[in-house]
Amino acid sequence: MAKYDFVVAIGGAPGQGIATVGKNLSQICARHGLHVFAYSAYQSLIRGGHTFLTIRISSEPVTNHGDKIDLIIALDRNSLEKHLPHVRPGGAIIYNSDDVKKEPERDDIQLCPIPYKEYSSEIEDRKLQRTCVNTCLLGAALHLVGSDLDMLEEILISVLLKRKGQETVDANITVARAGYQHAIDNFTGFNVELEKQETPLAFGQGNALMAMGAAAAGVKFYAAYPMSPSTGVLRWMAANARNLNIMVRQCEDEISVINMVIGAAHAGCRAMCATSGGGFALMSEAIGSAGMMEIPIVVVNVQRGGPSTGLPTKTEQGDLWQILGASQGDFPKIVVAPTSIIDGFNTIPELFNLVDKFQCPGMVLSDLMLGEGYTTFEPDSLNWQPEIDRGEMITELAQMEGEYLRYQITESGVSPRAIPGVPGHVHVVATDDHDEDGGLISDEFTNPHKRRDIMEKRQRKMDGIVKHLPPPTLEGPEDADITLIGWGSTHGVISEAVQMLNDDGIVTSHIHFKWLYPIDEDVVNEVLANSGRSIIVECNYTGQFARFLRGETGFKADGHIRKYDGEPFMPHHIADGVRELLIGKTELYVPYQEIVV
Amino acid sequence: MAKKERPIKGAPTARDFKGNVNPDWCPGCGDFGVLNALQNAYAKTGRGSHDHLTVSGIGCSSNLPGFINTYGMHTLHGRSLAVATGAKLANHELNVVVTGGDGDGYGIGGNHFLHTMRKNIDLLYVVMNNETYGLTVGQASPTTQIDEKTDSTPFGNIEPPLNPVALAIVAGATYVARAFSSERDQLIELMYNGMQHKGFAFIDVISPCITWKIDEIFDYWKERVNFLENHDTSDKAAALEQAVKTGHDTQLGLFYHDTSRQSLDQMEPVLEAGPMAHQPLGITPEQGAAIIERMM
Repeated sequence: MAKYDFVVAIGGAPGQGIATVGKNLSQICARHGLHVFAYSAYQSLIRGGHTFLTIRISSEPVTNHGDKIDLIIALDRNSLEKHLPHVRPGGAIIYNSDDVKKEPERDDIQLCPIPYKEYSSEIEDRKLQRTCVNTCLLGAALHLVGSDLDMLEEILISVLLKRKGQETVDANITVARAGYQHAIDNFTGFNVELEKQETPLAFGQGNALMAMGAAAAGVKFYAAYPMSPSTGVLRWMAANARNLNIMVRQCEDEISVINMVIGAAHAGCRAMCATSGGGFALMSEAIGSAGMMEIPIVVVNVQRGGPSTGLPTKTEQGDLWQILGASQGDFPKIVVAPTSIIDGFNTIPELFNLVDKFQCPGMVLSDLMLGEGYTTFEPDSLNWQPEIDRGEMITELAQMEGEYLRYQITESGVSPRAIPGVPGHVHVVATDDHDEDGGLISDEFTNPHKRRDIMEKRQRKMDGIVKHLPPPTLEGPEDADITLIGWGSTHGVISEAVQMLNDDGIVTSHIHFKWLYPIDEDVVNEVLANSGRSIIVECNYTGQFARFLRGETGFKADGHIRKYDGEPFMPHHIADGVRELLIGKTELYVPYQEIVV
Repeated sequence: MAKKERPIKGAPTARDFKGNVNPDWCPGCGDFGVLNALQNAYAKTGRGSHDHLTVSGIGCSSNLPGFINTYGMHTLHGRSLAVATGAKLANHELNVVVTGGDGDGYGIGGNHFLHTMRKNIDLLYVVMNNETYGLTVGQASPTTQIDEKTDSTPFGNIEPPLNPVALAIVAGATYVARAFSSERDQLIELMYNGMQHKGFAFIDVISPCITWKIDEIFDYWKERVNFLENHDTSDKAAALEQAVKTGHDTQLGLFYHDTSRQSLDQMEPVLEAGPMAHQPLGITPEQGAAIIERMM
């Protein structure tokens, strides 16, 4: 079968049911066994404003929203006017003709006006009539993309019947059929067919998949303060708390969130929280206290554009230095940036095993692109029973030799951790620096020898951690002329750019970092030694990763592609950048964002 | 100073709760009385050292967990209530007591104070209120009186003090008391009953600072305190009426006791399967399949 790769975008005002259309269309595709990636460009408003949802549909797995838009469903006049230029030549735009004062002008695409009022005249309830326009236009779109109507009708019944009743279902189905028929009679379908695959796919959001990974990892305590774009993790946790027996708490602020998580983790739970940059900043002091008290916790930062309140609904990889530098002083920590939505699911159990083993905070750098992006996946591909290794944890009274020292000096730096409630192991954990038994060093007038010993004990854990972290991955030809280097969420879009460049005769490879800190200099340099002309691709202004990598390894990249306009990379942004850099005009390429919402 | 839990034979006594570190407070500090009362109250519960968790923030009084023989957490400045909430909800079988000072609890920790009361978390919170920041050598705190000259208010304080007892009643604490560090028997009684109370129990303890407030020590307070009598502790309006009168002439005792409200852990269905920390980890393949089913 030829590769099916088709992008539908839906534009409208929030409250117009864009998400519903998107969800229905995505679900139809997923049930057909087609892969979907969906990305929503929106504004921080609940009503008013403008939303533009891009849904990429493919016969192969997709990790980003692609390069072009084949079909736009414009739910309001604003979307029609705004996005008319964004349809690729040969594409189409569907809109409600009642809504249009002036006919749109473009002769290289198919204009698809639908006289909605005519088709919905039998719906008596005026409000219901207004809300069904999206279903009517979706009906027309389904014809254009080569689908039948059966699955939409199934979904409408299953979603709407219980919640809204028969009248709503009937109205939606009537206008969907009318739109579909109108398209058959008046428009030319794309020369594609949504071929039904044997196995339907599941469909979910990045934040939800990360929360699912946490549930699988054995998280029993989750706390949060709502903050875009991390709130999806809280939403999933809250919805599933009772059937999965997870304690979920919404707190008064992020300071409370992180401290509650520390308390719960100390008492023996696997405990996690998620936030975005501003909330993470509030958590900083306490992250250091988890390092000092040697309490294993996981903190997720779903990055948005910064600084300050920044871009609440836009993406960026701008918190790397914040997360590396979070909290005063030196303490062992682990930083990881998942490379895809599904990787986000797998990362959480991996990280929990590490933080339990090394009794330190673990931090996850996700971003809006991963967290609020939707993807399809094979329903049986998730490992619900990952290995759970809680490390050296004392949960019951055992035969003890001598006295129990919570922070016993050991070769590995790891000291067995007794949880409160266990007889025979009573101790105090302190945010002040302390002796082996937890007694405060400051109470001994800051004994320098004890301070040195305990500091070295804690930091020795870093030697163990670094041995457990996989090196960056190298994909593509070994003798590549160009090597693109990325980290975290951009793995998919860089891979696709690499493919484009190789197809174009520019031999390109791809090195990608998931485990960011600590870094084993020798191991990383060995991987980097394979690179051709190196270009670091990242979503921030100052090249945070490039500077970090140089500091840790001495590696200086030959060029940089950076984006900091809030919208995620499209594959061609990177491929174009490589071509520009090859000409030698610049060492830093900043792609132009064509689609403005 | 190495620490080893001493096996307790028979019913525990206050001595069993003596920590291995001697308090580093100034001789004559009110906090000694609070520590002693807390050791007695712990003993009165009949439970061993390992069943208790003492959590504090930062400040003179927050050094207390080091001086007492229970599990302890000496957390960040102002964060003790949040940490204690997490620990309590992770293992609600622990008796969790939070100790600290007025700067730690009413100043930097004010937001947590408010919301922990609102949520009625099953904790005992003992604030050693000395109306000063002692460990940073005597600045004004949220309870420092008007006109008082301190390190940070050399010309006299112009900010009125907080009324913690009235605030607690309004914010949703279900056991609210005021005590004096020198009134040992009453303090033990209030602490013990606060531990037995299911919900947020709060005791504001006048605990004079011998160093920075030398004019307001034992004799000064002895003249100004009275015991609350003929008061219906279940009457919230009456409690508030008494509470707004508390200042430097103050009544001691239990102002408010609400036994009708459930504590958060009692209301939380996920605890029906036992303490979170003891529940099996992860989810079953069936639960996983059900989650996926909803995503199809």
